[in-house]
Amino acid sequence: MSTGTLRARGSSGETDRRLSRASARALSRLSAEQARITVIVAGGAIGTLARAGLAQGVPHRAGHWPWATFIANLAGAFILGWLLTRLAERTSPSRHWRAFAGTGFCGALTTFSAFQVETFQFAHDGDAVLAVAYPLVSILAGMALAVLGVLISRWGRHW
Amino acid sequence: MLTWVGVAFFGAIGAVTRYRVDSAVSARLPSDFPIGTLIVNLTGSLALGVLVGAAVPDRVAFLLGTGFMGGYTTFSTWMVESVRLGEIGEVALLLRNLWLSLLAGFGVAAAGFYVGQAIT
Repeated sequence: MSTGTLRARGSSGETDRRLSRASARALSRLSAEQARITVIVAGGAIGTLARAGLAQGVPHRAGHWPWATFIANLAGAFILGWLLTRLAERTSPSRHWRAFAGTGFCGALTTFSAFQVETFQFAHDGDAVLAVAYPLVSILAGMALAVLGVLISRWGRHW
Repeated sequence: MLTWVGVAFFGAIGAVTRYRVDSAVSARLPSDFPIGTLIVNLTGSLALGVLVGAAVPDRVAFLLGTGFMGGYTTFSTWMVESVRLGEIGEVALLLRNLWLSLLAGFGVAAAGFYVGQAIT
């Protein structure tokens, strides 16, 4: 779906459109690389806030399943699978979406370093079950959700 | 409030650093194998291991660990790039991407942790 086929209904749609036109104008004054960096900063800040909020809301206690990292990583794998397929195989609403939502938001929402350090801490504390189950389940579920995102993107005609 | 602004700031810088490192590595070593993401994830895991091993104060851990290292490293790209390798029939590369990242990531996180412990 291109932006041209989007018909704003009501005032909030009109405001959205005006905002997106204004931001598109602002971005068009930058070089392609500057614009990409700008939207990665914006998406990266939002993704980090979402993950940090989860980490504060569901604090990780030693010896327990790291739910915050787990949920953020799986959500990001699903969204990125959907997004990249959507942008690669159908008309992109904007050339900045991949950098903003993919590299910025999904990249920052998910984390590999915390995933590995949490796994190491289970091993370090002698918790063999979690040291094996946590990475294994994360990878299997992460792959499954990324595939699901790709498939849903191909099935869907209106999203 | 300021802490949240800080964590968003460091996360954003981390995301841009990831983009820069990934682009630079991929340009120098063009390959079907996603080496750029691997380098990003391994360097970030090493650094987070050091921070945790050194038992830095909570606020520093939040800004640099949750913020910068979290924004810098990525799980979603690792998963989606693996799916993409499967889609183009590179199953051997897919499996290598999974086990190499997993084992090497664990190794550097552990090494970082002990280095962090040793220097404090």
